Amino acid sequence: MTYIDPDRRDLVAAFNENPHGPHSPELQRLVNALRFELDTTGKYVVVNTKPHEEWTLAQLPGMRDTAMIMHHDHVFTSLEDAERAIFKLRWEAATGETLE
Amino acid sequence: MRKLFGYSDQISVRPGDTIRFMVSSLDDTPYRADIVRMICGDTNPKGPGFKETVIEASANGDYPGRMQPMHDGSYVTIPGNPLLDGISSFTLQAMIWPTTPRKGHQALLGKWCEKTKSGFSLCIDENGSTALCLGDGSGAVETLSAESPMIAREWYFVAASFDAETGKMHVYQEPLADSPGIGKATFAQSTSRIAASGPNGVPFIMAAQHKEPGSRAMDARYNGKIDSPRLANRVLSRAEMAMLVDGPMPEVLESDILGWWDFSRDIPTTRVQDLSANRLHGETVNLPTRAMRGFNWNGSEQSWCHAPDQYGAIHFHDDDLYDAGWQTDFELVVPDHMKSGVYCARLIGADDEERIPFFVRPPAGTQTSDVALLISTATFMAYANARTDINMPFAEVKEGGITVLSAEDVFLQENAGYGFSVYDKHSDGTGVCYSSRLRPIFNMRPKTGLWSFNADTHVTDWLESMGQSFDVVTDEDLHQEGVAAMAPYRVVITGAHPEYWSTPMWDAMVAYQHRGGRLMYLGGNGFYWRIAYHDQLPGVIEMRRAEGGMRYQSAEPGEYYQSFNGELGGLWRRLGAPPNTLVGSGTVATGFDSASYYRRTEESHDPRAKFIFDGVGDDELIGDFGSLLGGAAGVELDGANRKLGTPPHALIVARSEGHSQLYFLCPEETPYHHPVMSGAENPRVRADLLFYETANGGGVFTTGSISWCASLGHNGYDNNVARITSNVLKRFLAPEPL
Repeated sequence: MTYIDPDRRDLVAAFNENPHGPHSPELQRLVNALRFELDTTGKYVVVNTKPHEEWTLAQLPGMRDTAMIMHHDHVFTSLEDAERAIFKLRWEAATGETLE
Repeated sequence: MRKLFGYSDQISVRPGDTIRFMVSSLDDTPYRADIVRMICGDTNPKGPGFKETVIEASANGDYPGRMQPMHDGSYVTIPGNPLLDGISSFTLQAMIWPTTPRKGHQALLGKWCEKTKSGFSLCIDENGSTALCLGDGSGAVETLSAESPMIAREWYFVAASFDAETGKMHVYQEPLADSPGIGKATFAQSTSRIAASGPNGVPFIMAAQHKEPGSRAMDARYNGKIDSPRLANRVLSRAEMAMLVDGPMPEVLESDILGWWDFSRDIPTTRVQDLSANRLHGETVNLPTRAMRGFNWNGSEQSWCHAPDQYGAIHFHDDDLYDAGWQTDFELVVPDHMKSGVYCARLIGADDEERIPFFVRPPAGTQTSDVALLISTATFMAYANARTDINMPFAEVKEGGITVLSAEDVFLQENAGYGFSVYDKHSDGTGVCYSSRLRPIFNMRPKTGLWSFNADTHVTDWLESMGQSFDVVTDEDLHQEGVAAMAPYRVVITGAHPEYWSTPMWDAMVAYQHRGGRLMYLGGNGFYWRIAYHDQLPGVIEMRRAEGGMRYQSAEPGEYYQSFNGELGGLWRRLGAPPNTLVGSGTVATGFDSASYYRRTEESHDPRAKFIFDGVGDDELIGDFGSLLGGAAGVELDGANRKLGTPPHALIVARSEGHSQLYFLCPEETPYHHPVMSGAENPRVRADLLFYETANGGGVFTTGSISWCASLGHNGYDNNVARITSNVLKRFLAPEPL
């Protein structure tokens, strides 16, 4: 398991600089750790609410035949911004520390 | 929210043929239908632009909308018979392998109507135990449970009997495995105050029960296997039940046996045979999986053809689906003026729009071009309604980016009843083996992601941009007609991802090449998996995810042989026919975060390859652009390998490089996992651009990359990917032998 070091704000900065990668091996390990969850319940995704223009934050319900959990107050106009927002949510959940 | 969608009864038609469209408008809203010729379905701003043309057709017009329901879940139905209506005392028994015993009430065998609470049913109760339910139709119900929850994926003998004279009810539940953790044999008995009703208007059903007489709606849908179901017309002793489990039918009990169903008979069909004197034959509905290991499978044989008596199980799923069975809303008699190509029935209404694709071939016996575009309909069906991005925990790390869902993905997440792809797992976690096109397929559409159908509209747009005429041939045509479907054409062009091939399709391609045909394989991960079409049932394929290959699910041991035709399923490479023998290269790696470019090799300067690079500089990077991940070498990559059958004279004229650390060798490329697997480190992670001559003046051109076609349209088709592809087409169209 990858230990997520809350002091490694340099990796956070590197991700925000280039959310789509390619990432350094060290940052890729961190990103993989934040992205990989065996149980998909509550996993963050985005829904393309306006094709090629708008993406809305959502969470997987973890069960079939069940409504997506939509966060209509978190709408993005670029996938880069969506990547940064989900990274932030996951980082904060993993470390307990708030990112600016 | 998707509200308007449909499907057609056929996918490949000719002028004069009739194609029917079935539509569901969830809010019953009217809609407008128009037939359109689809040129490019890609709405990506970085792509060539969406293009379609309305075709004058009798089907164009306004239609009233209506909601049409889905009825998923597989079962066996035994048509009504006085013997079944006249049952009073009885014994029901079977061997079962439940996969979700705790999901709630599930019917196994019975003649039960839920609406009137009438009949009898051997079932699994809410607690996961075997139970017997009786109902007299007045609302009174008697239930007797074994009171011992079963464990998933274990075999059990289950039985129940009822004596109409005494009211005695008996239930048996006995695990086959003698293991302390699995539980003990359980027996329960009680006396019923009521009798099961006689005729109740519903047939005898296995693995589900009717909600009401005459309705297609079922409930109590079972997940798991049933083997050796039996029905007797009196209460049998436990010793007598044992005589019915296996082996030949005992003569002493023949007159007592109403039904002795043997699922190992007629495996490729929907037929279920009753070997008793009553011949109460039945039919499967919604294609439960056949050729499944039975309770008596001992591993001595892997093929159901060699030991059918060990494959007497059918695996039922509550989400199996074959034919949605909707009513026709409109039809089109294909007019003579519709030239061969890709078409859609475009529906607009209900704040939604839908395009149902179909393909028009030229009139029989004619061709309108020397070029045939082979439409990968088998692959489109394999991916039909895939939910892998939602259900697979590794989807995001595989993609190397957050999961982006479309309106179609959201609809399918919230509406499980539209059937799955052969990439998905059923609700019980077992792999999907069958995929049908007789249902709405939300990802086989224009304006969706660049995969499958929509990605291949880059090829139609490229051909149209050059004014190049072409006819279309679908995988189904190739399967049904063999090489005759392609033989008239000097050049056959594939789409970006011709991944799934039946044996007749494969043989046809071999024959086409032997006859001097010229093949342009413009994709990657092609010729990869074997499938089977069904001989009698239209529009359905079977896929067994046997060992090897990139899989989101895998078949169980002993279940690698296709039920439709008895062939071993899996990778063509593993079957001894690697794609390298057909197109010079085979899949080596996948990656979904980025794409790269090719660099010319020394072999590109061979005089034999000169025509390929006309107008392309020696040092040009080839395809360092494109609307799919930004490069022509990406997503799934194929490479040459002499040991796998790449022809020795094949020229590797360009090779991709610079793939990312999120590209990985595919499993069959590496017999052992080690740290040097990714594109950043392993030199075998690359795509090879290949050319070679074949018999009788033919030739093969292979790009080895799924993203190649998405680079064709860059800069208004003025780029080296389009130039190379056009150079090859021009030379391949010339009559001189290659």
